Amino acid sequence: MSQVILEAKGIFLSFHGVAALTNVSFEVRKGEIFSIIGPNGAGKTCMMNCINGLYHPQRGNLFFNGTEITGLTPHRRAALGLSRTFQKIELFSGMTVLDNIRLGRHLHLRSGILGSAIYWGKTSREEIEARKFIEEEIIDLLEIEAVRNEVTGMLPYGMQKRIELARALAVQPEVILLDEPLAGLNLEEVEDMARFIVDINEDERWKVTCVLVEHDMGVVMDLSDRVMVLNFGVKIADGTPSEIQENPEVIKAYLGEVEDLYVSRR
Amino acid sequence: MSAADERRIGEIEITEDLTLPKLLVRQCTTFGEQRVAMREKEYGIWRPVTWAQYLQYVKEITLGFVELGLEPGDKVIMIGDNRPEALWSEMAAMCAGGIGVWLFQDCLMDEVQYIVDHSDAKFYVAEGQEEVDKALAIRDRCPKLKKIIWDDPKGMRHYEDPMLISLDEVMRIGRERIQKEPDLFDNLVNRGQGKDICLLFYTSGTTSLPKGALLTHYNMLTMGRNLMRVDPCKPSDDFVSYLPFAWIGEQMMSISCGLQIGYTINFPEEPETAQHNVREIGPHVMFAPPRLYEQYTRSVQVKHLDATWLKRVLYRLGMKIGYHTADLKFAKEPIPIHWKILRWFAELFLFSKIRDHLGLSRVRHAYTGGAAMGPDHFRFFHAIGVNLKQIYGQTEIAGISVVHRDDDIKFDTVGKPIPETEVKIGENDEILSKSPSVFVGYYKMPEETAKTLKDGWLHSGDTGFIDEDGHLVVFDRSKDIMILSDGRKFSPQFLEARLKFSPYVKDALVVGDKRPYVTSIICIDYNTVGKWAEDHGINYTSYTELSQIPQVYDLVESQITEVNRGLPDVAKIRKFANLYKEFDADDDELTRTRKIRRAFVENRYKDIIDFMYADKDMLHMDTSITYEDGRVAKIKADIRLQDVKDGGRK
Repeated sequence: MSQVILEAKGIFLSFHGVAALTNVSFEVRKGEIFSIIGPNGAGKTCMMNCINGLYHPQRGNLFFNGTEITGLTPHRRAALGLSRTFQKIELFSGMTVLDNIRLGRHLHLRSGILGSAIYWGKTSREEIEARKFIEEEIIDLLEIEAVRNEVTGMLPYGMQKRIELARALAVQPEVILLDEPLAGLNLEEVEDMARFIVDINEDERWKVTCVLVEHDMGVVMDLSDRVMVLNFGVKIADGTPSEIQENPEVIKAYLGEVEDLYVSRR
Repeated sequence: MSAADERRIGEIEITEDLTLPKLLVRQCTTFGEQRVAMREKEYGIWRPVTWAQYLQYVKEITLGFVELGLEPGDKVIMIGDNRPEALWSEMAAMCAGGIGVWLFQDCLMDEVQYIVDHSDAKFYVAEGQEEVDKALAIRDRCPKLKKIIWDDPKGMRHYEDPMLISLDEVMRIGRERIQKEPDLFDNLVNRGQGKDICLLFYTSGTTSLPKGALLTHYNMLTMGRNLMRVDPCKPSDDFVSYLPFAWIGEQMMSISCGLQIGYTINFPEEPETAQHNVREIGPHVMFAPPRLYEQYTRSVQVKHLDATWLKRVLYRLGMKIGYHTADLKFAKEPIPIHWKILRWFAELFLFSKIRDHLGLSRVRHAYTGGAAMGPDHFRFFHAIGVNLKQIYGQTEIAGISVVHRDDDIKFDTVGKPIPETEVKIGENDEILSKSPSVFVGYYKMPEETAKTLKDGWLHSGDTGFIDEDGHLVVFDRSKDIMILSDGRKFSPQFLEARLKFSPYVKDALVVGDKRPYVTSIICIDYNTVGKWAEDHGINYTSYTELSQIPQVYDLVESQITEVNRGLPDVAKIRKFANLYKEFDADDDELTRTRKIRRAFVENRYKDIIDFMYADKDMLHMDTSITYEDGRVAKIKADIRLQDVKDGGRK
């Protein structure tokens, strides 16, 4: 558990002089569920975007498995094993569910244009391998058999969230960034999604380290191994869920809303 | 026609010592590696299991069971979706001399506990985590339960209870035992006799506690043979098994008929994909309760409304031709040549497409049974060229005893008895039947057995009569007949079935017994009414809200008016209320086979019914609903009551 897989050192991010993140440092250990919480506008999603490479921090360094990734583009980081889902669904709504998931797998396909056109030997073996992986590991795990050939845009919101997770998993990541995976879901969908997160984290076949941004405190405190709290772009605490719940600064930052949040959905 | 005349070539001979396991061994040896016994869609691909593999798996599980302590006569509970492992376990239990007991997958904890305890079950074969959880929750109250077996590993990571064992592990133990004693399996199977009990089948019962009917190998085998004497199946046929195994109809198709003729049984990927999977397979035979056919008609009616202008015109024209020719067929009148030509065109452009979409393109015999089905549905299916036939029977006679013959279909009857079966009308118009498939009694309920089984005649509790063509007409449960204000007897089921032909009505309860007029409680169909509301710019957030919208009331009223047309004045529905929820088996309103529990529902919604006869137009309800995991939630709702204005044109 103790091996550090993702590390941020002194991250500064500002937009035209407005500081979004100020000197944020943290470590994510291999195999854990690490949550980032904080009030609205605290910089949680900014932090996710920095890790994933959509934003480039002005100062600070990011390390993935000991290698510096600060300057890499998002697709290079994905190739290293870092994948994500989005707060607002970012699927290709005109494509089928299966095509969306396959797209996540595309990164791992080595065949060129010519090989794919002829579909012979290595290419077909590779395709069969990819199909097997998607069907057996992802579709079965996330229980999306019934919609695999549906057009994504026609599906209910909760199902689309699940498809996003499926696509992120198709990358076969070591670390997955989950940006509010439970937002907008109903009670039943929340329970399903929470179970999937636990599954990909604990299942021998996956063992994916999860970085979770979430507002549903009940779920965060239940699932997380460690929690980091941001407030106005500054890290104010990190530790186990019970430490965080008792931390006076956290309580102060959340005061007013915390009461409601802690009892959410319970 | 005597039984011997109807005997067919290739039919198996059922001797006194033939059992299902013996037949299994025989069929597996005959068909071997060459033929597919079953298929399951898994990971998006249909995966076959040959007869040789089937036998091997059953062998391993049987000896695994024996090694774990299953003795002859022990009960094995099975619960879960339809899947090959379920059938293997059932056959294995029988091979070891045990007795299979099926539970509906959505049974509540209390029902599970009652049946596990009452049946004295020793083993509990679960599909996955959900079913295992149910077993773990009740095991303290069921001390006779020894082992809980599961086969789907999903979510089972942290389960480390000594009572739990995976099916893979059971099979591994079985393989070891085979190494040690290669002859044991054959010895076990050869010990069996036709009169041994093979299944303990709990009837859902619309009125009382579940009763466990004991069925023998002989019962199951003769039932299958006699049905296939009427409608022969072929070994090359396909059948899709997706209705609960805890329903006798599914046992009858998968085991009684399936094993005997050796057709391929197909299992869908997930319950949600069943409809797609049925279409992929295109089964030759199917048997389903009316509810499924009602859903089919509903989906066709709704989808055609969404189609383009040309398709809608084609549909309307084609259906006119279909209905006309179907009516001629029912009346046993010859179809004139020009109608035949028209029908040929309609078949080409419409019917074959509809059948394909419903997965019925290859179906030779489609049966419905278990509850009454309206004539409108019957006409619909015959219009589109599906040979839909009514079946009548009960668990106590191993499934069925009466069926329509192909060229002799009357939709107000259930047909004629199958070979070796006698049906007569007893006292109080009760339907009695006698056949080799009549069960041996209820488990641990001698009084009930004595009431039901007299001199080999099975007393069904249903009333009916035999019409001039020798067809059996089933009224209903005797107590379900209503007496109208003019003293006329009328069947509420008939009205309900007519109402349910409307795509907007999912369920209905008709009340009118000894009342001044007839009323109805309606459960709207959430999908179709929801879509209708969207199309008409009506906003809603939930079933409860949707059901109470005035426009929806007017929509339902127009559907009732349609049904009222052609009914005698006293039988017309005068007032109705939309219920704030659908009828649900979890609330005990329906049986697990989704028949309405009339007395219970009438009592539960007594307030609504009273108000309908009290000239009020609004009722405040305060009630509760039960979720599948046993949680109970309170519901508060205002229910509108509405008159059906134009009592129906004549």
